[in-house]
Amino acid sequence: MADHPQARPLSPHLQIYRWPVTMATSILHRFTGMGLTAGAAIMAWWLIAAASGPEAYADFASAAHSIIGQIVLFGITLAGAFHFFNGIRHLAWDSGYGFAVKTANATGIIVFLLSAITAIAFFAFAGGYVR
Amino acid sequence: MTTQYSRVEGLGASRSGTQHFWRERATAAALIPLMLWFACAVYRIAGGGPDATVVYLAQPLHAVLMILFVIATIIHMTLGIQVVIEDYIHVESQKIALFLLNRAFGWLVGALCLFAILKIAL
Repeated sequence: MADHPQARPLSPHLQIYRWPVTMATSILHRFTGMGLTAGAAIMAWWLIAAASGPEAYADFASAAHSIIGQIVLFGITLAGAFHFFNGIRHLAWDSGYGFAVKTANATGIIVFLLSAITAIAFFAFAGGYVR
Repeated sequence: MTTQYSRVEGLGASRSGTQHFWRERATAAALIPLMLWFACAVYRIAGGGPDATVVYLAQPLHAVLMILFVIATIIHMTLGIQVVIEDYIHVESQKIALFLLNRAFGWLVGALCLFAILKIAL
């Protein structure tokens, strides 16, 4: 065995698996949670800008209205929607419901669809954030 | 790792029992209605003029709901990020440093948000 020092996969890992739905939702829940931390910082910027006066708010608004700003805000909306719906799924699991494989896969797909529809619809109806 | 005192308290080796777990879930449950309100608030504010945020948060009910949303969010976020640090950082000194940074970030963002809301509302 010592003759084979090259790295070999020890067990199926993220890059090797064909992701099951439950694995994708689990990883994305953590991933979106970390991303929403950036959202919290942006929320602080928004509120501080509003409290500081019209000029500071205009700076925030123009940043939010830029292409990068809109992409970031849409990303946060999508991450927030996913974390919201999948969080409800987690609370159901914590209460002992929905553990059957078929149920868990089905609710996972529902969460994906709901979060995509909600984020796109919200972004479309809100008409781009901050005027 | 269980001291006599924490054994009496039933807190076990983690020194805090299930407090972290419960707070994460309690804030998650609180954030369901608060997030729905927040989505409505963002929708209303995004459709308003440049003073929409100030006008909206000047209303006492919305100011209080925004304060609750910020508090629940910051607690939930800080607890969640702490678990990520616990899972991936195994060098004790680095872990504690990141714990402190995580807490500092939560306090900073929370203080900025809450002060701003109060300044707008009062």
